[in-house]
Amino acid sequence: MSQPESAVADAQAGGPATDSLAELARRHGLRRAIARPSLPSYVRQLWARRHFVLKYATSRNVSKYSDSALGQLWQLLTPLLNAGVYFLMFGVILDQQKDIPNYTAFLITGVFIFTFTQRTVTGGAKSISGNLSMIRALHFPRAALPLAYAVQELQQLAWSMGVLTIIILLTGEPITTRWLLVPVVLLLQLIFNVGASLFMARIGAFARDMNQLLPFIMRTWLYASGVFFSIPARVDQLPESLSFIRYVLELNPAAAFIELMRDLLIYQHTPPQWAWATAIFWAVFALIVGFWYFWRAEERYGRG
Amino acid sequence: MAEAEVVAQGAAQPAKAPQASEAMERVWPVPAEEPKASPVGTPTVIVDDLHIVYKVYGAASEAEKGNAVNALRRLVKRQGRPQMKEIHAVKGVSFVARHGDAIGIIGRNGSGKSTLLRAIAGLLPPHKGAVFTDGQPSLLGVNAALMKELTGERNIVLGCYAMGMTPTEVRAQYDEIVDFSGIGEFVQFPMSTYSSGMGARLRFAIASAKTHDVLLIDEALATGDREFRRKSQDRIMQMRKSAGTVFLVAHNLDVIEETCNRVIWLHKGKIKMDGDPKEVIAAYNKA
Repeated sequence: MSQPESAVADAQAGGPATDSLAELARRHGLRRAIARPSLPSYVRQLWARRHFVLKYATSRNVSKYSDSALGQLWQLLTPLLNAGVYFLMFGVILDQQKDIPNYTAFLITGVFIFTFTQRTVTGGAKSISGNLSMIRALHFPRAALPLAYAVQELQQLAWSMGVLTIIILLTGEPITTRWLLVPVVLLLQLIFNVGASLFMARIGAFARDMNQLLPFIMRTWLYASGVFFSIPARVDQLPESLSFIRYVLELNPAAAFIELMRDLLIYQHTPPQWAWATAIFWAVFALIVGFWYFWRAEERYGRG
Repeated sequence: MAEAEVVAQGAAQPAKAPQASEAMERVWPVPAEEPKASPVGTPTVIVDDLHIVYKVYGAASEAEKGNAVNALRRLVKRQGRPQMKEIHAVKGVSFVARHGDAIGIIGRNGSGKSTLLRAIAGLLPPHKGAVFTDGQPSLLGVNAALMKELTGERNIVLGCYAMGMTPTEVRAQYDEIVDFSGIGEFVQFPMSTYSSGMGARLRFAIASAKTHDVLLIDEALATGDREFRRKSQDRIMQMRKSAGTVFLVAHNLDVIEETCNRVIWLHKGKIKMDGDPKEVIAAYNKA
């Protein structure tokens, strides 16, 4: 609350009694319980909570599978089964693979990379609204929650990337020095995911219907990101008048991350410049805007 | 009856000089008819005409049942967000708490006790008025961060981090927490296998492992056996001696009477009485 205390006191109960309470507080250096920290001190507070972020992410991953007989094996089985289902659908039944070399690796790379962003953003949108009891009981910079969800998905991604590497090697692709750039792409994607999930965390905290809507938005995004088809191959068929669609598709961050990863891991050629530019732009933009947007409502989370 | 006028008494004499005001404050929190003087210290928490209003979702009234047709009708009629109600839980509460105070808060269910605690902790923003605090009051509410599928061991570490402890502090406190909780080898089992008393003990042990200037306890001592209650009361006494302030919400009036030096009786969001535990509890029991 930002009104000056004397004004509040005067408005309430006609003043002198409450006014002197505020006066007493000032004399003893007592501060208001609710105040949003400045951006630098918020970042410092968040850094001080890094152990909590890591522990919370690990704990969520452990508890997620704790009631199943196979336990932590599901961290490995989930991406494997996902890859299997998508290959069955698009590789075998719909038989998409005619014009795309090594469609198996192409498809599974797309699915895993997109899933990383999708799950982080979906989790981030629920991270505030799904942890209200914690927010109402404990003090910590609230950004720790969407961050913990991002770390949790990063841990999951580590398993997926292991599976993906094996699939790519099994489908006959060699290991090249370009693989060294893979962590760079993943880092950019992680930064983008964190920013996007902070942004969605604030929206999900106040507009609760967003959690119902988000699966549909995500599915639309999935189909527009070239997970199942090759974007360059498709846009080359477009007539000249529709060439702007190419730029729209190339501005899609998910498409850029997927393109980068496929070029580096599977096709052994240098990724196109648009992909790097889009990836770097979105990572920086999402982090700055997302963090700032989330911080602006820091003191209001958990109020609803 | 020492009602909420405690506040008005202090305010009746405006501070003229620093020394005078100092002297005024020394007699200030003790109402004239109160036999036992509360320990006098500098203020730690000042609650100034606090109002808390919060919104509740999913509170369906009789007129609107929760089906899709009605939801659509509300949308068409532009009746705002569905099934949302405002609750005015705290209506103008004022008091001053000082170093060394252990303040019990009593009242019926729904009288605003827990809401008041959350507001003091700075977790619920005031609708009107303000809460001023010295340092950061913490709610003994670490259980919200714990996961019942995980073992006690993991939960101790998770809970300590959630309260903002560093890895070194966690290592230093770990054995002490296990000892205090008295759950023994159960620390290696998931918390979902604990009895409610064991769970409460572990939660209190974790939460009280950190030193708090102002500690807010909400019904934590309700469960647990006689021996654990004594242990936890000892710990609250320790905190008071180290010049902290403790707020205790409990329905068990014996606990309040044994632990606190001052009791605030909340009724429908307002202070009905504030003063010596014996007097307030006696009046509360008569009501």
